[in-house]
Amino acid sequence: MARAVTNNRKIINTAAAWTVGFLIFFPILWTILTSFKTEATAIADPPVFLFFDWTLENYAVVQERSNYARFLWNSIFIAGGSTLLGLLVAVPAAWSMAFVPSKRTKDILLWMLSTKMLPAVGVLYPIYLLFIQFNLLDSIVGLTIVLMLINLPIIVWMLYTYFREIPGEILEAARMDGASLKSEILYVLTPMAIPGIASTLLLNFILAWNEAFWTLNLTAAKAAPLTAFIASYSSPEGLFYAKLSAASTMAILPILILGWFSQKQLVRGLTFGAVK
Amino acid sequence: MGRIQLKKVSKSFGDTLVIPPLDLEIEDGEFVVFVGPSGCGKSTLLRLIAGLEDTTEGNIEIDGQDATDLPPAKRGLAMVFQSYALYPHMTVRKNIAFPMRMAKMSQEEQDSRIESAAKALNLTDYLDRKPGQLSGGQRQRVAIGRAIVREPKAFLFDEPLSNLDAALRVGMRMEISELHKKLDTTMIYVTHDQVEAMTMADKIVVLQAGVIEQVGSPLELYHEPRNKFVAGFIGSPKMNLLEGPEAQKYGAKTIGIRPEHISVSTKSSKGAWKGTVGVAEHLGSDTFIHIHGIEGCDPMTARAAGDVSVRHGDTVYLQPDVAQIHKFDDKGLRIS
Repeated sequence: MARAVTNNRKIINTAAAWTVGFLIFFPILWTILTSFKTEATAIADPPVFLFFDWTLENYAVVQERSNYARFLWNSIFIAGGSTLLGLLVAVPAAWSMAFVPSKRTKDILLWMLSTKMLPAVGVLYPIYLLFIQFNLLDSIVGLTIVLMLINLPIIVWMLYTYFREIPGEILEAARMDGASLKSEILYVLTPMAIPGIASTLLLNFILAWNEAFWTLNLTAAKAAPLTAFIASYSSPEGLFYAKLSAASTMAILPILILGWFSQKQLVRGLTFGAVK
Repeated sequence: MGRIQLKKVSKSFGDTLVIPPLDLEIEDGEFVVFVGPSGCGKSTLLRLIAGLEDTTEGNIEIDGQDATDLPPAKRGLAMVFQSYALYPHMTVRKNIAFPMRMAKMSQEEQDSRIESAAKALNLTDYLDRKPGQLSGGQRQRVAIGRAIVREPKAFLFDEPLSNLDAALRVGMRMEISELHKKLDTTMIYVTHDQVEAMTMADKIVVLQAGVIEQVGSPLELYHEPRNKFVAGFIGSPKMNLLEGPEAQKYGAKTIGIRPEHISVSTKSSKGAWKGTVGVAEHLGSDTFIHIHGIEGCDPMTARAAGDVSVRHGDTVYLQPDVAQIHKFDDKGLRIS
């Protein structure tokens, strides 16, 4: 007998979900609230939650002191570029692993994932030295390549999972129908995998946007994205919480909006294949 | 034209030999059925011909040309899959047009071929639907339509009817047979269903463990099975195979007698086998009686008229038609 979900149970579940959601969202909310406070209110003890004199002063100061547009542009270019570049490499890789697997395919997939377990700082030196050698320090191109490489395992894994869901017989039918490998990927595989490809793109864009370790270590001024913009408002000038919060809010806003509009696609993409 | 020759073709997956070297000739315009139990290599053989699998050794010739190393797209064959394998994101029209689009055929030519295929397959009203909105039978027709428009040298069918319900299967079976008569193109059809094989084929190829057991017309296989395996596989219900003293009377290791060649009586007669009724299956037109207690073959099946009334536990006497007895030696081969 199936267990009926009672009304009470529904209410409890909903309340629990909202509580967890709120707890996760709270730091972001607090950052946004703080960005509208004066520096004095920002460090007030006990903290003030909603009833303070709202001010836009921090945003004005941040805007005046640094060139937000340039950081934003760098972020868009690096996140977008690394995502597209990653897709270009990952689609053929995932295709071959999903449809013409060899004995080693599983090992390669695991090995790729295992590189994500390595602490990034472990390869900081070699990469830094390579960057010096190739004159890539503080360049958008260099950063795009590095971010593409660190996110590549995730892109390949996600695409591999989506491609695996596509019945091989359909691709074989395309081959029988006279399609070349290019036509097969272009007219049959890709259109069928579009939902998966879209959520991979989105997730990867968000990951690249939020990446802070490499963007902070390999840039100085020219190629610095929004992560560096936030960082520039931390410690060196002392505790300016309100301005730091304003800078953070400005940095996360674009991705927050993107995430909001694409949440359906993201959730579908991330749970794809889990329920069949 | 569509003459296909396999010369010493074999296939291994890793160290496993699934198809030992075999020779086979398929004439232009023939309807050939590959039949055998699941795992016998019939689908693999079809995929080798299609080019979806590479041969390990041997050559495949299509119309006298060596096609062994040609990719599937270049062989000029069309295939209909068990799962239909339609492109879910395209309408029926686009599905049918796809092979012609790949061949860069002119738009007018495409339209006229789609129209005539749709008409022949009763799909005209569904051309703008997606495959997801069609029933199983309609999907299968779309798959056939997609194959027809290319005017291939041969059609390859991989168990195309096994996803359909019984009534639909009989209908589609006839449609495919009629299509063959109309197009007069070579067709190779894989099935595990011997009824499909018997009713559709010009020539049946019986396979077991990758080995061709017999090639012949349906009636040749029925009347003169080359060995015990073919004898048991072709015909429904299965041929009864008897071993022991009864077989020795005929100078054979095993004798076979089909259910339709046994007469059932409740009265004893000379040389009849005595047994007890286990189950009687009444089909209306016929009654299949499964009988226990006959030495060397348990249960034995016999066909009786539809109005015969026997019950579980009744004693019956079975009289085989001696002229219809098949004899097999120690190796299971036919003694003629």
